[in-house]
Amino acid sequence: MKDKHINIERLMTLARIALTEDEKHIIADSLDSILGYFQELSEVNVDGVEESAHAHPLYNVLREDEPGKMFTPEEALMNAPEKRDNQVVVPKIVE
Amino acid sequence: MDKIFFKTAAELSDLLDKGEISSVELTKSVINRTKSVDDTIGAFLAYDEKKTLAEAEASDKRRREGNKLSDLDGIPVGIKDLIAEKGQQLTCGSKILENFVSPYDATVIERLKDAGCVLWGRLNMDEFAMGSSNENSAYKPVYNPWNIQCVPGGSSGGSAAAVAAGETILALGSDTGGSIRQPSSFCGICGLKPSYGAVSRYGLVAFASSLDQIGPMGRSVKDLALLLQVIAGADAKDSSSFPIDKVNYVAELDKRGTRKNIGVPVEYFQDGLDPEVKQAVQDAIKFYRENGHNIVEMSLPMNKYAMAVYYIIATAEASSNLARFDGVRYGRRSPNATNAIDMYFKSREEGFGEEVKRRIMLGTYVLSSENFDSYYRRAQKVRTLIRNDFMRVFESVDAIITPVSPTVAFERGKKNFDPLEMYLCDIYTISVNLAGICGISVPCGFSSKKLPIGMQILGKPFRENEILSLAHEFEQAHDYSSQHPDI
Repeated sequence: MKDKHINIERLMTLARIALTEDEKHIIADSLDSILGYFQELSEVNVDGVEESAHAHPLYNVLREDEPGKMFTPEEALMNAPEKRDNQVVVPKIVE
Repeated sequence: MDKIFFKTAAELSDLLDKGEISSVELTKSVINRTKSVDDTIGAFLAYDEKKTLAEAEASDKRRREGNKLSDLDGIPVGIKDLIAEKGQQLTCGSKILENFVSPYDATVIERLKDAGCVLWGRLNMDEFAMGSSNENSAYKPVYNPWNIQCVPGGSSGGSAAAVAAGETILALGSDTGGSIRQPSSFCGICGLKPSYGAVSRYGLVAFASSLDQIGPMGRSVKDLALLLQVIAGADAKDSSSFPIDKVNYVAELDKRGTRKNIGVPVEYFQDGLDPEVKQAVQDAIKFYRENGHNIVEMSLPMNKYAMAVYYIIATAEASSNLARFDGVRYGRRSPNATNAIDMYFKSREEGFGEEVKRRIMLGTYVLSSENFDSYYRRAQKVRTLIRNDFMRVFESVDAIITPVSPTVAFERGKKNFDPLEMYLCDIYTISVNLAGICGISVPCGFSSKKLPIGMQILGKPFRENEILSLAHEFEQAHDYSSQHPDI
């Protein structure tokens, strides 16, 4: 169930987070001990037990499709780091 | 009037009705109190005095014209800085949202406004609600008003400290694994985590969507009932909010005469529990016995797995929820990025603090394809067993009494070097979120060093009225809730 040492570089890639060298060591070490603690779950018999994604049974909650007040473009973009002509500006993604 | 900032909302509502004070007077008293103590406490990340006083003036006008909107019309309510209030900052205690301004109101904020509440300030918290001591705020720590060497608890530490120190009358917090109850206990106030789905999460920045709930914090149980009355109820904007019948929580407080079956789980009183906390909670249990309730010793054997299950599920959900902070549409965008992908990596590196990074990494690990079955799927199954444990026990008891936390408030800097030790602070509170039931923290004593002790009363889903009533019964016979720190 547990890797002896987690592959922090791979997690950084999956999570899209860069870490400093110090953070890499600190976080990798703490993850090792936390994952060690999780080992106790392997002793629980879960045969035939259903998974809970949620605390209460609620399915297919739909509301009426009624028109309502929506954001103006200005409101929707008020927190954008960079904007132009009612659009978010991002770095070039296609060479 | 002396120290009106220490009165309860219920008392103040009465004084406002009688015209003995105005909302402007009350609000000014709270504002002045904040200005005089918050340099020491650190409960507020921001406030807008002019806006708040304008709301108080509008409330006074309504009362003069006989158009009071609710019993809380004119009462100041502080807001944890992860609930959206239009036009105000929404940092979640994080640098990644340093300049974010909410473009809309959360449903709970809309409801507070409709009830005439005076919205007072943005309250400090652990970054993205990840922490149990408020030492993880990216801006500044919060100090416990009872002893500033100690932490106020977390993650709603700003909310709890502000209420305890008289910097607000009421506050909203949020609770994913104990974040309302544990700081309430550490700061000697009352706090309620409603059942999952009882209060809309629309406009609450998500940490772990299947566990998060917004709840009321105040200086008396009745104050919690008053505030819950305003914020509870289904919302079309939150599909996980539950269509429950409207209950009059305040009227239900004094409903007596029925002998309740109260469960005491043996697992919550074993190793690791501070003897003073144990004694105070056992004395509270004795009070209920002597007042005609039936005390039943029982067992919640799956509780020992709750912490592992919680930190798998909560971090998995957090790693997914916090993926939205990528520097594209809002939040920090790194000025040091060389291309679009690099922008994600650097914006997140620069914007998130260490604990948030740790939990995102942990969540990413348990959701990664090779670990999904052995961690995430297994944890979801054990979650079912934990909930089944509670549902089985609730067939024969009406409520369960436990400590809130194994200790009273601990000293700053004592636990933040070891994440695992910090996580253990929440050992008695997290299973409540996993099961979706409700829980209240109510003051039940003081340690020999005069630090507050809280007991936790747990109830069946959507039976907040029952635990409020039991907590009120205890509070009426004791003076723990009415004591204030000397600050």
